[in-house]
Amino acid sequence: MNEIDTLRDSLVGEIAAAQDEAALEQLRIAALGKSGSVSALLKTLGAMTPDERKEKGPLINGLRDGVQQALAARKEALGEAALETRLAAERLDISLPVREGPEARGRIHPISQVIDEITAIFGDMGFAVAEGPDVETDDLNFTKLNFPVGHPAREMHDTFFFAPDANGERKLLRTHTSPVQVRTMLAQEPPIRVICPGRTYRMDSDQTHTPMFHQVEGLVIDKKTHFGHMKWVLEEFCKSFFEVESVKMRFRPSFFPFTEPSAEVDIQCSRKGGEIRFGEGDDWLEILGCGMVHPNVLRNCGLDPDVYQGFAWGMGIDRIAMLKYGMPDLRPFFEADIRWLSHYGFRPLDLPTLTGGLSS
Amino acid sequence: MKFTLSWLKDHLDTTETLDTISETLTRVGLEVEAVEDKAKALSAFTIAYVIEAKQHPNADRLRVCMVDTGSGEPVQVVCGAPNARTGMKSVFSPPGTYIPGKDITLGKGVIRGVESNGMLCSAAELQLSEDHDGIIDLPQDAPVGQPYAAYAGFDDAMIEIAVTPNRADALGVSGVARDLAAAGLGTLKTPSVAAVRGSFPCPVDVKLDFAAGDEKLCPAFALRLVRGVKNGPSPEWLQARLRAIGLRPINALVDITNFMTYDRSRPLHVFDAAKVHGDLTVRRARAGEQILALDGKTYTLTDEQVVIADTEGVESLAGIMGGEASGCDENTVDVLVESALWDPLNVARSGRALGITSDARYRFERGVDPDFTRPGLDLATQMIIELCGGEASEMVFAGELPESGGAIDFPWSEVKRLTGLDLPQVEMKLALTSLGFHVSGAGERVKVAAPSWRSDVEGKADLVEEILRIAGLDRVEPAPLPRIKGEVVKPVLTVLQKRTRQSKRLLASRGLVEAVTWSFISHDAAKLFGGGSRKLVLANPIAADLSDMRPSLLPGLIRSAQANADRGFGDVALFEVGQVFQSDEPEGQLIAAAGLRRGTARLEGAGRHWDGAAKPVDAFDAKADVMALLAGLGVPVGGLQIVAGGPSWAHPGRSGTLQFGPKGVVGTFGELHPRVLKALDVKGPLVAFEIHLDALPLPKYKPTKVKPKLALSDFQPLTRDFAFIVDKTVAAGDMAKTAQNADRNLIAETSVFDIYEGAGVEPGKKSVALAVTLQPVEKTLTEAEIEAVAAKIVAEMTKRYKAALRG
Repeated sequence: MNEIDTLRDSLVGEIAAAQDEAALEQLRIAALGKSGSVSALLKTLGAMTPDERKEKGPLINGLRDGVQQALAARKEALGEAALETRLAAERLDISLPVREGPEARGRIHPISQVIDEITAIFGDMGFAVAEGPDVETDDLNFTKLNFPVGHPAREMHDTFFFAPDANGERKLLRTHTSPVQVRTMLAQEPPIRVICPGRTYRMDSDQTHTPMFHQVEGLVIDKKTHFGHMKWVLEEFCKSFFEVESVKMRFRPSFFPFTEPSAEVDIQCSRKGGEIRFGEGDDWLEILGCGMVHPNVLRNCGLDPDVYQGFAWGMGIDRIAMLKYGMPDLRPFFEADIRWLSHYGFRPLDLPTLTGGLSS
Repeated sequence: MKFTLSWLKDHLDTTETLDTISETLTRVGLEVEAVEDKAKALSAFTIAYVIEAKQHPNADRLRVCMVDTGSGEPVQVVCGAPNARTGMKSVFSPPGTYIPGKDITLGKGVIRGVESNGMLCSAAELQLSEDHDGIIDLPQDAPVGQPYAAYAGFDDAMIEIAVTPNRADALGVSGVARDLAAAGLGTLKTPSVAAVRGSFPCPVDVKLDFAAGDEKLCPAFALRLVRGVKNGPSPEWLQARLRAIGLRPINALVDITNFMTYDRSRPLHVFDAAKVHGDLTVRRARAGEQILALDGKTYTLTDEQVVIADTEGVESLAGIMGGEASGCDENTVDVLVESALWDPLNVARSGRALGITSDARYRFERGVDPDFTRPGLDLATQMIIELCGGEASEMVFAGELPESGGAIDFPWSEVKRLTGLDLPQVEMKLALTSLGFHVSGAGERVKVAAPSWRSDVEGKADLVEEILRIAGLDRVEPAPLPRIKGEVVKPVLTVLQKRTRQSKRLLASRGLVEAVTWSFISHDAAKLFGGGSRKLVLANPIAADLSDMRPSLLPGLIRSAQANADRGFGDVALFEVGQVFQSDEPEGQLIAAAGLRRGTARLEGAGRHWDGAAKPVDAFDAKADVMALLAGLGVPVGGLQIVAGGPSWAHPGRSGTLQFGPKGVVGTFGELHPRVLKALDVKGPLVAFEIHLDALPLPKYKPTKVKPKLALSDFQPLTRDFAFIVDKTVAAGDMAKTAQNADRNLIAETSVFDIYEGAGVEPGKKSVALAVTLQPVEKTLTEAEIEAVAAKIVAEMTKRYKAALRG
């Protein structure tokens, strides 16, 4: 063994035994520092003859490289060990619950959700959304809609009234959203395609009736839309809304003052264990009323019934929400019980679209 | 409207089944609401003979019966009825039978060790009566093995239909039969009515005493005396019919009028002639006149009501109900029979005003057939003579029958135009004629006259409906509604509609839960929130605390929050987006968005948590909600001012008003006023906001969708901190704005990062620490340039707020 090998063995052994970065630095200085042992050998190269240098140069440079590698390797090993020690100490109880985020707590009321669903479907068929005031005149709520003064049909609507004004005229809370149809026809030239969702009011209160409820009506007026178009629109709506492949609907002749011919529509369903399913079964469930707009209503709105024609329909938003989502009772819709809202409500980003599906 | 199958068959010759009849009724618009078919329900119950009844070996109160059911071997039945005995005839049900009175399906059984293969039944078990003392005991001639229901005469099904207000004619069985015949279910066979020839003049005369213009209140009035009748119980067939439809048989004369009401939709009235004084006058009642009506109640009248009076006073309420004083009973010998026409509107109003519902009112207010006024009287007279004997007088007739309406000019093409259904003319014509319409002319356009009983028919559309409902709505093929322009749909929602929808989703994503509360609130609550105006108070509220249209969404939300707290859920965050009312005009109805947080229901979560408990909510939670809402809606907030204080419902020191200039107030946020909480009887902490979505500035119209160019600086931003000592009353938000505006080119952002009062700061003062971020645009800023901006800020602060830099 020559002197260089001995020095290498000694240095590499000490480096491998170094226990921390400080000791390692000490060793680096002792070997490669200005007056280090390896540096001293390197300095001797200058005084050598070319032949000596040729012989010793690679050996001494090799020694330097070897020591440097040993230092780097040990430094890496010490760093790894230190990290392992730190990681062993850094422990969280990740089972601890985090706070539920606001987007998990927030809810959309089923009525808003269902209105969005209805709007998505009819929007695709080119229907705009028309709105009108809840406080209406007798003329727009009844007379223009062909409810003669004193006619028993008015009694079917248990109406909320306000006190009469100086002229003896009293305003009322609209009993249906049909006055919005009248307002639309008075304001707009055909072709008309609108839906009118909104709050409506009747003096009624039991499991399926509340003094305030929500209706959506629709109106199509042009020069050629007939009863067959109405059937198609309503069937397509029901399929789309209830998210079923097919529905069977039954149109029964009925009576509404503002349509002629009029029909009530039942939808076929099955009832199993308190759950209603559409597109199957052999029960019928009444779901909406509809008809061709009455010539008197068209005339009252300044349209010639021999030129213009069309259809209208109406249904309870709360009711179809109950049918689709299974709420057994209407009254809690308006009681704001946080338990009910959290259960039957919808998540903030459950935005109904036709492309993504109405419900998730 | 109720009737029985056999009653229907008096008018309709048909062999169709009950099911087909029911389906057809619904199909033509007479919706079947209920069918009560005892024959079907009881089809398994048959008549049986008890060959032997002997004591049960193991039970004192039971008997073992051998029963001949008429089908082969005798059947052994264990029976607990005390009257079960050898040789009796009773009603038997085999295993598998549903027992309606017990709501069970019978099984085979072993009762105390003895096999039982069926049941002998009581009337209660068949739901025929309340009698469950023993099994049904039938006469000896009852035919063994035959269905019991048919034997007992329970095989007349009862049908109940819903009749729409336009179909007064279908409030009589004859009218129902006509619809069914038109729909092809048989032949109408309602017998025509022969005129009755009176054998003596009617001793009582009738005068229609109305002012000019009032004649329509009673266009026609027919009267006749039948003398020498013997009134008593009506025959069993008539009683059974009335009972089957839920009417109580009274006596023959009254039962006949009820029968006529249901059979022909022709209400009549009978007076006991002995109790009528002098002639009859039909007139308006005099205010204050009274009548004891047949329902046993006394009514005080006004001149809005029409009455039939004699010299003593009011005897009957026209078209609604007769009077007790002249009512017919078993002592009636001479009876006056009235068949009149009344004004539907007046009958409806009078009935409503007096609170009387009757079968007569129900029909008169919908319109009875005027042409049946005389035949109705004749038919009733014939029935009276048939059932009670007697002799008819001549008819007295006052007034005149109204002219029938003119014919409708009807192009057959109207059916296809309105329904899309292409029907042969002959079918359309048949539908109309079989309903009693008169069609004249030929070709594409005809004249159609409606029958006298269809006063609801006034135009072409009505005829289309008649043809359509008889043809069947199911024959109309659905036809796709073409797109108006055959292109991809354009957006349909208005800005306000979009903002309404977005508001809901935005607020929900902040953890608020959407409530839908009543549009009406209590008067007191309305006043607390700036409402209560007389024009918005309901005249007939459904409850005293739901009387006023809401001026704000907050009372409803506050009430709901308290209700939740009372149920143990005090940390609630609710919102509502909906209408509020400032006047009864359409413009007075606005769309508001309001949110409320109670307890510790903060954005990051409520209640205690290992990472730190939530603080009670404060005004800044409400401010954060409303600011997030405005930002989320994309409302341009450049001009938004936040002014301390709010309306009277808000805590004066802990609330703010949001406005775009003094006249552009859009809403409020903050704590509720303690006085308001007390008045509403609710507990806080409670913070809320409310804004009017209609009042928000609209987004600026842009001709293209291109966003403004993004200018990014290559130079690092730098931040300088300032701490100013100012009076406590100075608004830190204003200071931040002032700092921000000190150099519009360089200052990118200003934030308030600390507010301090206390040791080291003079009492009455506070320290406001601002961090101002400078964004160099063209080159790195020199120290001198930075100092210049800082000096500008300090100068502005000193000038505006008398601020001093904190040493």
